[in-house]
Parts: sequence; structure tokens; C-alpha cells
Amino acid sequence: MNLLRKKNSTPHNHVRLKLPRFIQDTAPSKIRTWFLDLLWILLVGAWRFISPAAIILTVLTSLLFSSNSAKAFCGFYVAKADTKLFNKASQVVLVRHDDKTVLTMANDYQGDPKEFAIVIPVPTFLEREQIHVGDKALIDHLDAYSAPRLVEYFDPDPCAERELSRLRYALAGAHEAKMSDKAGTESSLGVKIEAEYTVGEYDIVILSAEQSSGLEIWLTENGYKIPPGASSVLGSYIKQNMRFFVAKVNLSEKARLGFSYLRPIQVAYESPKFMLPIRLGMVNANGSQELFVYALSQKGRVETINYRTVKLPTGMDLPLYVKNVFGDFYRAMFDRQVAKEDMRVVFQEYAWDMGWCDPCAADPLSNEELRKLGVFWLEESGSPAPPRPLRRPIPGGPQNVFITRLHVRYDAAHFPEDLVFQETGDRSNFQGRYVLRHPWPGTADCAAATQYREQLKTRQRHEAETLASLTGWELEDIRQKMGAEGGSQVNGGSKWYERIWR
Amino acid sequence: MNTPSERGRGLVRHAAALAARPFLSVSNPVQAAGLPMLPKSGPSPYQHLVGTRRCVSPKTQVNPKDACPLLLNLDPRYYQIAALALLLLFGLLRLRFDIQLPQALLILGTVIVAQFVCTRIWKLEKFDPRSALISGLSLCLLARTNSLLLAVITGAVTILSKFVLRWRGKHIFNPTNVGIVLMILLTGGSVWVSPGQWGDFAFFAFLVICLGGLVVNRAGRADVTLAFLGAWTVLLFGRSFWLGEPTTIPLHRLQNGALLIFAFFMISDPRTTPNSRAGRILFAVLIAVGGAFVQFKLFRTNGLLWSLAALSLLVPVIDLVLPGEKYHWQRTAPKLAMTETKVRKGIAYEPA
Repeated sequence: MNLLRKKNSTPHNHVRLKLPRFIQDTAPSKIRTWFLDLLWILLVGAWRFISPAAIILTVLTSLLFSSNSAKAFCGFYVAKADTKLFNKASQVVLVRHDDKTVLTMANDYQGDPKEFAIVIPVPTFLEREQIHVGDKALIDHLDAYSAPRLVEYFDPDPCAERELSRLRYALAGAHEAKMSDKAGTESSLGVKIEAEYTVGEYDIVILSAEQSSGLEIWLTENGYKIPPGASSVLGSYIKQNMRFFVAKVNLSEKARLGFSYLRPIQVAYESPKFMLPIRLGMVNANGSQELFVYALSQKGRVETINYRTVKLPTGMDLPLYVKNVFGDFYRAMFDRQVAKEDMRVVFQEYAWDMGWCDPCAADPLSNEELRKLGVFWLEESGSPAPPRPLRRPIPGGPQNVFITRLHVRYDAAHFPEDLVFQETGDRSNFQGRYVLRHPWPGTADCAAATQYREQLKTRQRHEAETLASLTGWELEDIRQKMGAEGGSQVNGGSKWYERIWR
Repeated sequence: MNTPSERGRGLVRHAAALAARPFLSVSNPVQAAGLPMLPKSGPSPYQHLVGTRRCVSPKTQVNPKDACPLLLNLDPRYYQIAALALLLLFGLLRLRFDIQLPQALLILGTVIVAQFVCTRIWKLEKFDPRSALISGLSLCLLARTNSLLLAVITGAVTILSKFVLRWRGKHIFNPTNVGIVLMILLTGGSVWVSPGQWGDFAFFAFLVICLGGLVVNRAGRADVTLAFLGAWTVLLFGRSFWLGEPTTIPLHRLQNGALLIFAFFMISDPRTTPNSRAGRILFAVLIAVGGAFVQFKLFRTNGLLWSLAALSLLVPVIDLVLPGEKYHWQRTAPKLAMTETKVRKGIAYEPA
């Protein structure tokens, strides 16, 4: 109200706005009035609802709006945080193009294989050839390639910047050599049994049913433990004409094949439904579940259409000690982001053209690996795996494959319906990437160095605050750990900051 | 009170005086604030904002005591512009929409320029950017693309559709709707819509803002919005009931900002809906059925947008079968009961 009165008392000529020429020229008074009125409405509305800080923030972010595009990200990759950090995590690879879907499902089942069984609603009947048992290593590779990553930078000598940039190139060479070595080593119930197959170590049955009670009885009689309450969920899938893919472990086949773990199951089908049924898994689940979806598409990023897809916070500068606790950091940050969004969103952790990466947490997948995962549109005569991390697209590498890594923590209260996806035309790259900046270790005393040390203090304070706000860790703890870890790296071990914080 | 900006400031002072009413002891806060009263007859000092709309029938003499609050007298498009701008700001700041401020401004600039150019080419009497701005804001809220060029083309196509795709003096399609649908089809997906971007966060705040639009536009065409929302709710709940799904599922589907934008700002567009009330209700129900067909039978996204685009072609037919009076933004909205009487007498329909 004060604001309005103040503006009103301003003489007319003080608030005169320069209007665009074409508006001045046409139908003068009406349009000018309209223009001013509109501005008033927008300004007053904006002032009421948005704080000035938020407006400044928007302006700043919009100025930096191209930062997510395919620019080269410098810095050295040092650590990644993979899915093994999360308990009860399922991983799903969704390859999708033109209504054709290849679904690969992996889980971290650790119990007796005798007890293992899954029931998955699928949109269509599946022939024997549409089912395959895949290789867990491929999913692990995909996980490693798309995981959030830590990169480190070394501050240049403020007195002689040129020398350090030379050093940086030398280090980069060493790093890439190391990475390429690593790449070399890596490689009457109304239930109808429509088909029965043994694929790999699994006995698979494709069922269709007329009513959920019959299906429930059939499953129970055949040794599948169906949680109470599953009936209504099964019923809704039956009415949507979905089939049920039921699998358990064939112990003799498993012994013959000699795998100590259960390999991922892959199914290929053609259906306009681009979704993941998660409701059945939530029937008797205790607490929340963790799901990673790696979507491989041709056009661009994949997102959920019935839940918000939110990008994970990225690009922050963090204290150096995070290098040793990066897994903890990632988990704590994810927990906090989930809480902040009230557990109602799907997080996007990575979106990138499969042809390259920068920095690379692992090599991009080769054409061969992608084909095994079900990327059916790649040509047979693909090139072999790129020999080292690619920092720019190269011809002949995997093309027209765009990966989106989505991470969702869900339960029945917050995710009432199945996940439904769509492919967008968005090919802008995104990665969860966190930055460590090593202070310049020199002791020179030029004017620039003094100024640099002043700025360094501010920077480290900001790093601690960023870490605290991202993870919810205590600021005091963070400062202490920064003091303990960083001592030898600043000012040649003089530990100047210990006097500040202790 | 003659210069335009004085009139503009007059509006703000008037609104402020009305807002302060509960805190003032004077009988008429407008008078107490030293502002001119709405005259009993003759042009209002706020004519440029109000048009000739009044809360009472135009034939009745307006008694100052009955004069409705200024907001209700406002051209509904001002409210729509403010509401859409607010939703956009909220989307940009809190929901992190996949559109950047420069792209949004570019789209808004494009629609205004396109409207101006089309006004000149088609030699219309005056340039009125209000509807164009509503289309532009809706585009910013719904259409997504990575290419600034495609954003500009989408804006231009949206406005052009109003001038080119016409039938008997009315444009056939809602401009935003046809702009988005055409661009999705023509670019093979380089322009897309993200229905999930709203989440269910702050849904009820959105709902209140949108319902506010109905109040402002109460003499306008709330029937189509309400009929659509009713039909859509029945379809969602009916389907879930048939499938034996818990009610949380249809409720979750209803709590979507995109649905509100569609219902309150897109299908309610008076220029592209049938002229008679019966026709509008029929139209709204057909759109809901079509949207459900696309979403639950064809399993395609944005079912409502496709449904609206396809069924807009039916509007001239509905107008022939169920005739009514054509809508003009600047004219007093006819009392609906009166319109229906005229419809029965068969005198309201005037082919343009």
C-alpha cells in the first residue's frame, strides 16, 4: 500500500515511460494508456508475490541461461556416485522409439534365488524371441557413465598465471592416460497361460486373466507370494487388457549357467504405452523405494508427464574434503532434495548425447553395448568402443542415442499412479557435477596474491554454506572438517584459517 | 483526468481506495479519496478500461450504490493477463519451468508484433494487443522448445491462425491451441508440451487464481469451463471406478496446472466457442470425451489439446444447429436468459 501511495504522489512527468516507436505512432492515447495500465498490473502483481531477491535471481539466471548447453566442461573428473549407495534400488533401462520399447530390469535382490519371483504387467503378449536375459555389466556401465560426478580445478598462480595453465595441461594428459588403461580392461480361475518359456536362468509365464481374484489364486497356488491388497491393483491392469509377465528362477538352469547373481531380464514390445508400472511393487512395501530409469531415446530428453521432472542441483563449488565423502554427500543431498520437493518429483540426474561426455565418469557405451541393451535403431556395422573419454562428438561413435537418467524415490502416498513418460525434443546436456577448487599453494607476496587470498576466504565460506544447504549437514562440522583436511593445501601448511575458526 | 497516465493512476488509486474500505469509517471510500464517482449516466472516467460493461442489465438505470466493484467491471482480459503473468512468474521462479526469461519475452514480443502487422495487413480499425498477449502468455506457459527461432515461429503462427483460419467472421481455432498443435506436428517434436511441469504443488493457489477469473468474467462464458471440468471429472472418476483404482489416482490427475490453464484460459475463449449456451456445453463435453479417448485409448500425451484442435472444426456446425449471438469483447455480454429466449424465437442468429 505504501508503495502505491508513493508512486501516486509522484508527478506525472517523473513516471513517464518511453514507449516503443510503433506504439507512439499508432492510435496514440488508447494504446499508451493500455500499455501503462498493463505495466502497473504486472508490477503491482510482481511486487506483491515475488521478493526483490527472487527477481534479481531470475535476471541473473536468465543471463546465464545458456550454461546448460553443450559447452565443454573443463576440470578433471575425480569421483562418481553410483546407484550402489542406495538400498532397495531397482534399475530400469527403457529404450524407446516409434512405439517400440525394450525394457531391461535389474534389481539388487540378495536373498535365496529359490525365493525370487517377479510379476510385471506388460502391455502386450510376448513371444519367446521378445524376452532375453541381459548382462548386468551393461547396466553398471550405464550407471557409471551417467552418475553424478566430482571434478576438480586448481587455482592458477595469481602472480604468474601462465605457468599453471601449462601444469594443468600436463596433468590432464596424465589423467587421460590413466583412464584409457582402465578402459582397456573393462568388458477355471479365468487365468489363461498364454505361453511358458525358460530363458536363461528364469522360468517365465505369460498370463492373461479375466478377474483379479482368479489371478491371485493362481499365483498363490503356484508358489508366488502375493501380498494382501494386490488384488485391486491386479484387477485394474486386467481391465486394461495388460498381460502379466511372471518369472521365477529355474535353479537347475542357474546352476548350469553358473551365475552367482541374477541377471537382468529384458523384454521388447510394441505399444503406444510408454510407462512403468510401479503400483504393484508398492502394495506391501515398507517405506519408500528407489528407482533409477535410464531412458535411451533418439530425439531427446525423456520426462515424466504425470509427475514433475526436476533437475538435480548441479555445478556448485564444494569444500575439498567432499572428495573423500562424495558418496555420503550425494546421498545426503538427494535425501534433502526429496524432502524439499515433498517427495513428489522425479529427479533428472543426467541428460546427454551418448556420443560423448565431459568430464567422463566412465566411457560412453559402445554401439555393441547399446545394441545389447536394446537400442534397435543403431546400424549393425557400428564402430567399436571409443578408446578414451570423448570430449566432443566424433563421427562414427554412437549417434542418435540420447540418455536420460531419472532417479525417483517413491511410495504409495506420494506416487499414486504409474510413471508415464514422454520423449521431448530437448537435446540440451545436463549432468550432476560438483566442483572442487584447489587453492593456489604458492607463497609469493605480490599484490594480486594478497587479493587472491582475500577472495579465497570468501570463496571457502561460500563453499561451506553451499554444502550445508545442499545436504543439511551442520555448518560448524563442515568448517571443522575443512580446517582439518585443507590445512596442508593452503599457504604451504601455515594453517592461517585455523585461527579464524577455532 | 484526461491524460492517459492520469487515468491509469486513477485506476490504481480507485482500487486502493476500495481495498482500504474495511479500514475506513467513511461511507464511500472512493469519494473520500477525492476520486470522481462513477457518473449515473454518460461516459465513465474509466471508460477505456471498462468498455460499456456493467454488472446490471444495460437497460436498467445504474444506481451508484449498486455499481459493482471496479474489478468486476474490468475487461476480463486484464485479469487474464495478470493471472497468466503471475502463473508464469511462479513457474519460472519456483517450479523451474523449462523456459528462460529471454525466450518468454521473445514470444511475447513476437505475438504483439504479429498482431500489429496482421492488424495493418487486414486493415482492422484498431490495434488491440490484449488477446495476443493472452495467447503469448499461454504459449510461454505451455509450449517448450530449445530453439529461439521455433519459439518466434510458434508465436507468429499462433497469431496468424486468428486472421487466416476464419469462418463466418469468427476464427475457428483457439490461437494458442492451434499454434502448439501445428508446431508439434510440423517440427516432429522439436516443440513440445510438458504436462508434468506443474506437479501438484500449490495447485489450490492456482485454482483460486483461475476461479477469480470466472468471477471477473461472470457475465462471460464460465459455462464452457464448468461443463468441461464437470465432464472431465466424471470421466476420470468413472474410469478409475471401473478399473477399481483408488480415488487418489483421479484426484492426482485432476491436480494439474496444465488442466487449469486449458479449462480456464483456453477452451473458455469466447471467440472460438459456440454461440449458444447449449452448444457450448455440448462442445465442452465433447472435448472432455475426445481428450479421454486420446489419453486412455490411444495413450498419447496432451489429449485435451488434440481434442480441442480437432473439435474446434465442429463449432460452425454446432452454431448452425444451436444458434446464438456472437461474442464481442467490448460489448455488454447479453444476459444469457435473454439469449436463450432469442434462440427459441430464432432471431439471434445473424450470419456475418
